Amino acid sequence: MKIFRFLIIPILVLFSNTSASHAEVFGIKLNNQSDTDTNTFVSPFKEDNERCFKCHGQSKYEYTNETLGRQVKELMYSERIVKRELYYNSNHKKFSCTDCHSAEYLKFPHAGELRMEQKYNCIDCHGGDEKFAQYHFEEIDAEYQKSIHFKLEGEGFSCWKCHDPHSYKISVRNQDNLKETIAYDNAICLNCHSNFDHFQLLTDKEEISLIQKHDWLPNQATHFKSVRCIECHTKINDSIKISHLILPKEEAVKRCNECHSQNSILMASLYKFESKAQRRDGFFNGIILNESYVIGANRNEYLNLLSLIIFVGVAGVIGIHILLRIREKNKTY
Amino acid sequence: MYLYPKWIRLWHVINAVLFLILIITGISMQYTDKENASYIVGFAKAIKYHNYAAIILTINFIIFVTGNLLTKNGRYYKISKENFLNELITQLKYYSFGMFKGEKHPFPVTEDRKFNPLQKLTYVLALYVAVPLLIISGVGLLFPEITVSKFFGVSGLIYTDILHISMGFFLSIFMLIHIYTCTLGAKPTSLFWGMISGYHRDDEHHS
Repeated sequence: MKIFRFLIIPILVLFSNTSASHAEVFGIKLNNQSDTDTNTFVSPFKEDNERCFKCHGQSKYEYTNETLGRQVKELMYSERIVKRELYYNSNHKKFSCTDCHSAEYLKFPHAGELRMEQKYNCIDCHGGDEKFAQYHFEEIDAEYQKSIHFKLEGEGFSCWKCHDPHSYKISVRNQDNLKETIAYDNAICLNCHSNFDHFQLLTDKEEISLIQKHDWLPNQATHFKSVRCIECHTKINDSIKISHLILPKEEAVKRCNECHSQNSILMASLYKFESKAQRRDGFFNGIILNESYVIGANRNEYLNLLSLIIFVGVAGVIGIHILLRIREKNKTY
Repeated sequence: MYLYPKWIRLWHVINAVLFLILIITGISMQYTDKENASYIVGFAKAIKYHNYAAIILTINFIIFVTGNLLTKNGRYYKISKENFLNELITQLKYYSFGMFKGEKHPFPVTEDRKFNPLQKLTYVLALYVAVPLLIISGVGLLFPEITVSKFFGVSGLIYTDILHISMGFFLSIFMLIHIYTCTLGAKPTSLFWGMISGYHRDDEHHS
């Protein structure tokens, strides 16, 4: 029974990380992206912007109601709240509010017709500008126009539905923050697809359950934590960083082999920018191993060879043994 | 000589069928190909059948260990330290040379000695080392969220998987040798019939 004492060791190793791992499942923390920049970055428009943040920076605002002749406290409509820390940590942090919004907003109460103002799209600023050429915004726009989301433009869909200009931050992907990037990117999709308040603004469809829709997916929680929605729901494009051609659900990847294979599509999507880094330990698609492990995609060529040699060796010994037995039998008779 | 009680024979046949399912589905998962979705068994089906078979195998293994603790069958697996290495060499010499010279089996089967030293060693290694490691690593892969997420900068799942496929591979090789050595009876089929009927005939070699 001594053997069981030894068995307890791998069991303890196996379970040692349990609590941490469970907390990470579905651990999508959109607001918890690194806030370090907030402390160091000071906007040249900080004071100007504060005129807006004074009311829009939190859920409560106050104003003097001249008709009543007193201070009034009101709740800010949640969709109109812009958190300072998120804004000053976002890609657009250097802008003044009135760079994009009408200067007329500086007057309070705001004029009603201002709500109808035309809003900029990404391409309005980023298109045709050499400074942003490396991001291929024009190609992103062309892909978007072919995507299933573009068909909802009439219903009010726009770049901003996924990329809130007040908080969006490009998630730089590296081996240290891959899981965070995955959670951040998936939260963008879940913002509508698992939030019926947002979803119903764009479609008359009934509420969907993503968990149920993905029932067929083994180890669902692990998949959701380890890959982004867009891995299966977009068409891979080699020339842009993130594919924006969202496919209709019928065309989404459903064959396990697309990822779980030697030529895994993950190498052209999630691990696209890491795949150039080579590992020399014989693992196929080895770069995945730094963060995760994909059955079928991460087999090792040396172990394959070794197992083949052992198998052939054993089969050879058995073959020789059979021949010797046949010879012995023939001698006897 | 009645050597194999019903519960052992039932455990054995269930184990054999499960091993075959697990080997076929395991190879199907390990060697998937993007273009050829149905390599032996399609990936999705392979996962499903592999998981079900593994759960049954685990239960079957628990029954086997419990049975060995509660019945006398467990004593056949006890290795005595004295002379074991010499006995092992004797058995190996017999399989390599002796049996071709018409020598008698050095460790004939008795009610107290069901296995020869080579059998004892391989069965103990397979059933008390490889299978438990296979099951533990299998649980780690079945529930990846409970597996160590990172170890020396690499996903803990890769170590778990390498342990799992190595044990799976060695047990597959064990199964191959086990089936072959079972043809070493008086007739190539006698030992297989013994495992079906429960009776071992004295005039046979044994695997």
